[in-house]
Amino acid sequence: MDAERSSPYLKAVWAVTWKDLTAELRSRELLSAMLVFALLVILIFNFALEMDKSARENVTAGVLWTTFAFAGTLGLNRSMAVEKDRGCLDGLLLAPVDRSAIYFGKVLSNLAFMILVELIVLPVYAVLYTSPSSRLLFTPAFLGVVLLGSVGYVAVGTLLASMAVQTRTRDVLLPILLFPVAVPVLVASVEASRAILQALPWGEVLPWLNVLLVYDVIFIALAFMVFDSIVEE
Amino acid sequence: MIEVRGLVKRFGVKSVLRGLNFSVQPGEFVALLGPNGAGKTTFLRILASLSRPSLGQVQVAGFSLPGQAASVRRRLGVVSHLPLLYGDLTAEENLQFFGRMYALPDMPRRIDEVLEMVGLAARRRDLVRTFSRGMQQRLAIGRAVLHNPEVMLFDEPYTGLDQQASEMLDTVLREVAARGRTVVMTSHDLARAEDLATRFDILSRGLISHSVLRQNLRGNLLDFYKEAINDGR
Amino acid sequence: MSSQPRVLQILNVVSALLLAIAAWMSLSYAPTERVMGAVQRVFYFHVATAWVGMLGFIVAAVAGVLYLVKADLKWDKVGLAAVEISLVFFFIAVVLGSIWARPIWGTWWTWEPRLTTAAILEMVYLAYLLLREGIEDPERRARFGAVYTLLGGISVPVTFVSIRLFRTIHPVVVMGGNPNAQGGFNMETSMLQAMLFSIFAFSVIFATLFWHRLRLGALAEKVEQLKLKALQ
Repeated sequence: MDAERSSPYLKAVWAVTWKDLTAELRSRELLSAMLVFALLVILIFNFALEMDKSARENVTAGVLWTTFAFAGTLGLNRSMAVEKDRGCLDGLLLAPVDRSAIYFGKVLSNLAFMILVELIVLPVYAVLYTSPSSRLLFTPAFLGVVLLGSVGYVAVGTLLASMAVQTRTRDVLLPILLFPVAVPVLVASVEASRAILQALPWGEVLPWLNVLLVYDVIFIALAFMVFDSIVEE
Repeated sequence: MIEVRGLVKRFGVKSVLRGLNFSVQPGEFVALLGPNGAGKTTFLRILASLSRPSLGQVQVAGFSLPGQAASVRRRLGVVSHLPLLYGDLTAEENLQFFGRMYALPDMPRRIDEVLEMVGLAARRRDLVRTFSRGMQQRLAIGRAVLHNPEVMLFDEPYTGLDQQASEMLDTVLREVAARGRTVVMTSHDLARAEDLATRFDILSRGLISHSVLRQNLRGNLLDFYKEAINDGR
Repeated sequence: MSSQPRVLQILNVVSALLLAIAAWMSLSYAPTERVMGAVQRVFYFHVATAWVGMLGFIVAAVAGVLYLVKADLKWDKVGLAAVEISLVFFFIAVVLGSIWARPIWGTWWTWEPRLTTAAILEMVYLAYLLLREGIEDPERRARFGAVYTLLGGISVPVTFVSIRLFRTIHPVVVMGGNPNAQGGFNMETSMLQAMLFSIFAFSVIFATLFWHRLRLGALAEKVEQLKLKALQ
């Protein structure tokens, strides 16, 4: 990256993302925790829900997104906790860039972690619960929904994690704050996923994609405006 | 270099700083002393643009806070008692990260310089979490001078350091100060402060109660300090 | 310790009176509905309390934005009062709705858009209160609260719209239309009067309770100040 050509803002965003990715690649704490947790959740669903061949069609979308949501919360928590614990957040805040650069950097790295976990969970799920629709899990349409949904989830999640990490109740608070507000993302993602897996016509999927897009745009814009007031004292 | 007039900082209904006046000329090294809870850390955080004043005027390096905070940050280097470093990155990577955040030109050469100055060139490829506390503090100072700031703020830098590490820190601090930088340092270590600073200010009950230049100090610092604190009672 | 201002004392009496009249209108003045019978009378207070809940929701969202813009702590108190009142009134509305639903739909609860959104909104409110619990600094508490009401204020309507993409069985009384809706009915004039009066009465009750809650907030802050003075 040429120092003169790229703007300091983008440099800062990329620096934050690069830092998170490098640190995680080394310790792999976050990813292994998220992955193991996701697999455990899928396992529990085996006992909790009727997952025989006939029921699988109905239930796959819900099981997958529930798993992603819970594993995602783990990642979001840990990612912000690292900054808070060693006072590193101050280090970030001292940089002469707009605060939102920190937000976007974090969103990108959180997104990367979540997608990585999702890409591992999908084939595992396809193997454990094989069904005629399993190959549809890897179509661009389905993966596109996973991406859009994850973006929305992580955008709001990063914002809320920044708040939660500054309270006394910390980790416990994030899911409580996140789930009610992330409902549109989860509903739209599950419905769009289900429609794709059941090979429904595109007209059934489109409205949900619209909801996801609208949500993503609104909340990223909101976070951009509001992040400053969350991290400043 | 630093001009503070009538600074008030309130947390809810509690007033920590009550109309503080403070002024530092370029090149001065001010040791800010005072009992715990007097507001030293709060004051330093405000100067570092990490916290907003409730009332009053604060100017650092010719720019006012909080309005022109970004310009201030560019000229500011901060070391707190927390290292503000990422344990899972190497020393070199930590400096690279901050270099990027500050959009530093000619980064590799500058990083080499800084590592030499703090005596950590040999350990540049080692993970920071393997460093002792003294080494982390030295690297933290390196991080703080990376972008050649005019003003440096140190908040209790000697906390948790053993004798040998403290001596190393002395050397680094002297070199840092020798380059004509303006320094404000809070410390409980009166002997060290006496050695390094050109001026001693006492912060007590939210105001600067006493101030004395090094050349005007009669007797030793400890006596001066005790007298000042007793005056305040 | 200041006692209640005159206007508030009058409001207390007026509110109690209006409540009594509304109750009479619901339980006696309005005729018994032919198909559903007496249980339909729950409708008047159900709509009125839901209406108050909506008012509170809007006030909270606006107060949140105002706080972020102006940083005046009074907006924080307004937002908190609005959230608490809205929380309680929506809960009452849901309970009344359940009482109506049981004989008509055969179930206490159904996962249709309005109810589901109401449940999610209550969760947003509870999350808001828990968030505030975990923060000591009043200024930060106000800021975070305002941000969260803003997030909730936008996401809840989006939630409603997205859940509405499902079919609904909630009766649309005033506008009518959805053929799948069960339990709708036509309103006679006196019923309309009862409903409108209930809405009016509960709006006044909302204002009274709101005022009381604001006073409570101000008194609590005063106690904090006195505590601090005593410690010094």
